[in-house]
Amino acid sequence: MSSRQASLPLLRIENVAIIRGNRLVLRDLTVTARAGDVIWIRGANGCGKSTLLRLVAGLLTVTSGSVYAEGKIALADENLALDANLTVEAALKFWADMDGASATEQSTALANMDLEALAPIPVRFLSTGQRKRASIARVLASRADIWLLDEPYNGLDSASCARLDQAITDHAASNGIVLVAAHQPPTINVAQSLVLDSKGVAA
Amino acid sequence: MRAFIALVAREVRLAWTGGGLWLPVVFYLTVATLFPFVTGPDKALLARTGGGILWIAALLATLLPIERLILPDRQSGVLDQLALRGWSDELVATAKIMGQIIAFALPLLLATVVGSALIGLPEAQLGTLLLGLAMALPALSGLSVMIAALTAGLSGASALGGLLLVPITIPLLIFGAGSLSEDPGNALQLLAATSLAITALSPFAAGAALRAGRV
Repeated sequence: MSSRQASLPLLRIENVAIIRGNRLVLRDLTVTARAGDVIWIRGANGCGKSTLLRLVAGLLTVTSGSVYAEGKIALADENLALDANLTVEAALKFWADMDGASATEQSTALANMDLEALAPIPVRFLSTGQRKRASIARVLASRADIWLLDEPYNGLDSASCARLDQAITDHAASNGIVLVAAHQPPTINVAQSLVLDSKGVAA
Repeated sequence: MRAFIALVAREVRLAWTGGGLWLPVVFYLTVATLFPFVTGPDKALLARTGGGILWIAALLATLLPIERLILPDRQSGVLDQLALRGWSDELVATAKIMGQIIAFALPLLLATVVGSALIGLPEAQLGTLLLGLAMALPALSGLSVMIAALTAGLSGASALGGLLLVPITIPLLIFGAGSLSEDPGNALQLLAATSLAITALSPFAAGAALRAGRV
């Protein structure tokens, strides 16, 4: 994608271990993602999927090992991060402007998540699935190279799931990297399917 | 820079749509309205004590917006999204403090004109009072963001906020009320120095608290 930086994104997680609240959440984790890779992360509740994504996002620090990311990162987790009183369009615009996305990129992101009809509605009125779509649209308009999607399929209807599949595939095809944490097995072509066991070790 | 302005503007918008504009102003003016009922219509007494009461009201009004300054942004993931985009916590705190200065401090200064009329403050004192409050309000804005960051997510955050705020604001109150005396010069200088120190330090303290709160 011409809008993103010229050098290819790269993500390298090496021998990572992390302790959160006196509990070892991840250990011995090594993952490498290159441009065009979709990494699908699965595992039981509490196995460290979200922790891994927050780690890559730089919101947590590793206890041991190293995380190296080249390229801009966008995160869609359980927190919507959109102002509840603003309209969907205005709330998304706040972040899109911060990320330097053009008006066209913003409207494309809205259209890709089928949010055009919801654009003038305040964020607080959105349903679970609509909220999820809005948070994905925030990532779509972020111009980031590396997407971190935490349970992006939760609450989505089948049409929206297909739209998300398409968005992930397109991003990978344009040399992006996507990390998806999900419960279900991958519905698209993935470079690597990672299953974390209850001790946070890649099985 | 544009992103910084956008964040400050967001703070102001959130404050003014979330009751952050009227609540402190109404509280402040309520104190000014009620005080003469307590003292009776003794003009000389009101003139002597009214300025001090407005100072106390301004300090206490600082506590009102604390709960909505940091906690909602932490819970909704806004702070995470800013950190992800490379914002330092100190810069986020600075933006929030500037937002507070615009959304809280300026309206309170305007309300002071009304409040002093309600109390019947001598005109000569109004100038000093406004000058003193203008010096102290940036520090109070900084403190409110700092305390909001420290107490976000704790149970009993408001009570804790009061306990934290009062000791730090005592120097401001002493010099502020002191400036209402016949010769305000020295007190105003000390007030300016204290306020400057608190204002300058608060983004760092608030930033550290934001960082410590990220789990």
